Amino acid sequence: MKEYDIVVIGGGPAGLAAAYSAKENGIDNILIIERDNILGGILNQCIHNGFGLHVFKEELTGPEYAERYANLVEEKNIEYILNSMVLSVDENKVVTVMNEEDGIFEIQAKAVILAMGCRERSRGAINIPGYRPSGVFSAGMVQRLMNMEGYIPGKEVVIFGSGDIGLIMARRMALEGAKVKAVVERKPYSSGLQRNIVQCLDDYDIPLLYQHTVSKVVGKDRMEGVVLSKVDDKKQAIPGTEEFVSCDTLLLSVGLIPENEISRDLGVKMNRKTSGPIVGENLMTNVEGVFACGNVLHVHDLVDHVTMESNIAGKKAAEYIKMNKVDTSGKKIQLIPDKGVSYLVPDHINLSTLSDDVTVRFRVTDVYEGAYVDVNFDDELAIHRKKPFLAPGEMQEIKLKKDYILEHQNTDNITFKVEAK
Amino acid sequence: MEEKNLICISCPIGCHMTVTLDNEEVSKVEGNTCKRGAAYAEKEITNPTRFVTSTVKVKNGQVERVSVKTELDIPKSKIFDVMKEINSVEVSAPVKMGDTIIENVAGTNVNIIATRSVK
Amino acid sequence: MYDVLIIGGGFSGSAIARELSKYNAKIAVLEKTEDICEGTSKANTALAHGGFDAKPGTLKAKLNVQGNKMMDKLTKDLNIPFERNGALVLCFDEKDIPKLEELKERGEKNGVPGLSIINQEELRKLEPNITDDAVAALLCESAGIICTFTLNFALAENAYENGVEFFFNTAVEGFTKKEDRWIVHTNNGDYEAKAVVNAAGVYADELHNMVSSKKHSITPRRGQYFLMDKQVGDTVKRTVFQLPTKFGKGIVVTPTVDGNLLIGPTAEDIEDKEGVDTTKEGLDEIMEKSKMTLKSFPYGSVITSFSGLRAHDEEDDFVVEEVEDAEYFFDALGIESPGLTSSPAIGLMMANLIRDKLNLQEKDNFKETREGLPLTNRMTPEEHKALIEKDSSFSKIICRCEMITEGEIVAAIHSPLGGKTLDGLKRRVRAGAGRCQGGFCSPKVIEIISRELNIPQEEVMKNNSNSKIILGRTKE
Repeated sequence: MKEYDIVVIGGGPAGLAAAYSAKENGIDNILIIERDNILGGILNQCIHNGFGLHVFKEELTGPEYAERYANLVEEKNIEYILNSMVLSVDENKVVTVMNEEDGIFEIQAKAVILAMGCRERSRGAINIPGYRPSGVFSAGMVQRLMNMEGYIPGKEVVIFGSGDIGLIMARRMALEGAKVKAVVERKPYSSGLQRNIVQCLDDYDIPLLYQHTVSKVVGKDRMEGVVLSKVDDKKQAIPGTEEFVSCDTLLLSVGLIPENEISRDLGVKMNRKTSGPIVGENLMTNVEGVFACGNVLHVHDLVDHVTMESNIAGKKAAEYIKMNKVDTSGKKIQLIPDKGVSYLVPDHINLSTLSDDVTVRFRVTDVYEGAYVDVNFDDELAIHRKKPFLAPGEMQEIKLKKDYILEHQNTDNITFKVEAK
Repeated sequence: MEEKNLICISCPIGCHMTVTLDNEEVSKVEGNTCKRGAAYAEKEITNPTRFVTSTVKVKNGQVERVSVKTELDIPKSKIFDVMKEINSVEVSAPVKMGDTIIENVAGTNVNIIATRSVK
Repeated sequence: MYDVLIIGGGFSGSAIARELSKYNAKIAVLEKTEDICEGTSKANTALAHGGFDAKPGTLKAKLNVQGNKMMDKLTKDLNIPFERNGALVLCFDEKDIPKLEELKERGEKNGVPGLSIINQEELRKLEPNITDDAVAALLCESAGIICTFTLNFALAENAYENGVEFFFNTAVEGFTKKEDRWIVHTNNGDYEAKAVVNAAGVYADELHNMVSSKKHSITPRRGQYFLMDKQVGDTVKRTVFQLPTKFGKGIVVTPTVDGNLLIGPTAEDIEDKEGVDTTKEGLDEIMEKSKMTLKSFPYGSVITSFSGLRAHDEEDDFVVEEVEDAEYFFDALGIESPGLTSSPAIGLMMANLIRDKLNLQEKDNFKETREGLPLTNRMTPEEHKALIEKDSSFSKIICRCEMITEGEIVAAIHSPLGGKTLDGLKRRVRAGAGRCQGGFCSPKVIEIISRELNIPQEEVMKNNSNSKIILGRTKE
């Protein structure tokens, strides 16, 4: 059985950054396992720009970001295998892999970094009634079909969900000659980035219908249209507001779900809100030596944040290998999302593993203008930060200084909440 | 004096800005968190521009489309002219990231370059 | 001229075809859609019912119990999964316990083995995720779960391997009776046979009424379902029914042979014989009723919802007979629940009727067993490794949710009566049947179909010929 210090599962932006960072931190014996035939993951199909402003200090497209990172990994001689599926990881960190070259084989790892990314929610998950004709696609699937393979699934399109992929695909389809009739959003605000509403919808006169839902898919064989309805405050369709819109294609951009099947089977504990592993400030899960980063941990909006988070996972995994153990005997401070905050990553800080400042990433539950984010160490207000604009679609981050945490060692809970104007 | 609300598209933060116009000239920009916001506002009012990203047909490559972009931003009004030209070309593999695919696309003085390598 | 023409490639038609293929006879199946298992058969609760529910003395009761008993050997012969996981009927009110006893007695009259009534404590032990509202239950040990698709395909494939011909996209439009034969008119021309079997599901009444003066009327009875992620597949181990209450007929919560959880169905009489759409009201109803059974509805685990139709005849029993005023014309009509369970028995009964009528002789080379597709999920790791040694495409994962390899998909395309569409392959090997519902693998499966059948990707269909998936290419 081949042995590696660190096995990274997933060769997308998270896996590449984690591997690169582990290498930079002194570990040579690393393997990245990627299921696709190219490194870079979903970035390869995200041909739009807007990536890399933080990491590369310039604006790149997805494939450029991916290729640059893949080149860095090549330059560092980090080993990787493509077209390879991880079937399981057991509690002894034996990774079972399958590919065409070597069939089914096992690898012994000392540490494992989970970086499998996420998948899209399907029609079933959002429960749209009607027939099941062809023409209903997840937005990401169409992104791959169009951008990598050059196929266009339809000519008249309705998009359900105003997440970034939905907005980006509205523009892509409009540019390729399709008629995008509407983007439909159940909430009173978009879960995508503001700038994408401007440059993907407004530029192409594509209407964005807030507080609407697709209440029915029409057509038995190929889609013939959708019925749209207005929704009430509970996001339920209001009878009598139905409107038929003809279209041959419905794209669903209704959320992403971290792909944690391997993690669950391994016994990694999950956070119900993020659907990702519960991790400490070192991004280690409850299984010693198993780390997680990127969209498998929680869904990000920006690849730059994925890279920065994964740098930490790589570094911490490297420290773990060098020390050959991890001391978790120290005091544990719990991070608690309070009013207006839906989740926090990490879940806790362990004083015996704390070695740097801690970047806490979180999402808010609503749209707020001119609000403050308050961070309390037990009852003591530690941070009171003004945020001109907060929305659930835009992940937030706040850095907790290591020194400040150490000065407040007796703290039991650190609470994050939104103080609305 | 006239006020316009803009959302900056320079980066994913998407600052909400208020632009004050004086005789159709930008006299004040508020709400931006960096210099790029002010520059964007100025441009968006006077001569809006956009980057265009798309794909181009590839012959004999491991894939049949290569992703491309305008090297710089082009006038917003030229987007569909640019697309027309992008749709009409075909290149042969190998292509390297950064290769020029079309020079001076649609008379914009901007090149179309490949954003990935195709073997 | 054929000896027997069977109309309909659902599980009744396929079971009849397989039983008849034991005899020296020229047999064909006419199917109006592009594949086996496209009509009523494709969507149901996928159960081998015990048989306690049907009224004693009815054909339903007899064929259900008989069909259930045939399942062990049949599924073994055809190499398809089957599990006798047992069923429970929950009682929510002490006052209703006599109803459970009634059900048990009825089952015993029907010849159902292994029935007992258990109290709340025993029930808790068996199924900890059931609500405390359930005070007692009827336990039926002989009930089981099966895959409706694979049973249907396996029956049809085995019939095919034994010489039965299949004609797809062939819709019957009328009949003419000549001296010694029936002429069956279809959109693809005329077929002639000594005997005709009508196994046309929800359309069986229309075909019957073309030849007989004694009319039948079939109402499509729609049932809507939720299918849940495998993560919650072990919520219950047994198939859990509800005793009917003042709120109406209950719903079923059951694991599937593939490890998912299935919840449904509704029972709505509709007009449209193709009306397999789901409705908000129907889905809400299932969710509401399931709360009586389950402590919580695993809402976030829904991966898809769907509808199926039962072919409900107004006479409320199966009809398996020669039509009185149309000699040599046989009906398998009104085959609603428990049709899947009964299908092996329906096949046998019908084949016996026809054997006697046409004086058919058994052949000596009937092949009873079917090897089936090489499904890696059903192999031991050693078997899988050995297969990879022979063909490395069995190590190339295409559908990552269900872990389906390219080798399996290719094998399913080229198998007897192979799948040629996305849905056809989903039902044969489960590519795209998992939690992402084809989000990742559909483009790859389309590519494989296109390559294997040598057709452009734009010509690959979801199911029927009007269900194109990709409408064109960019830049063209």
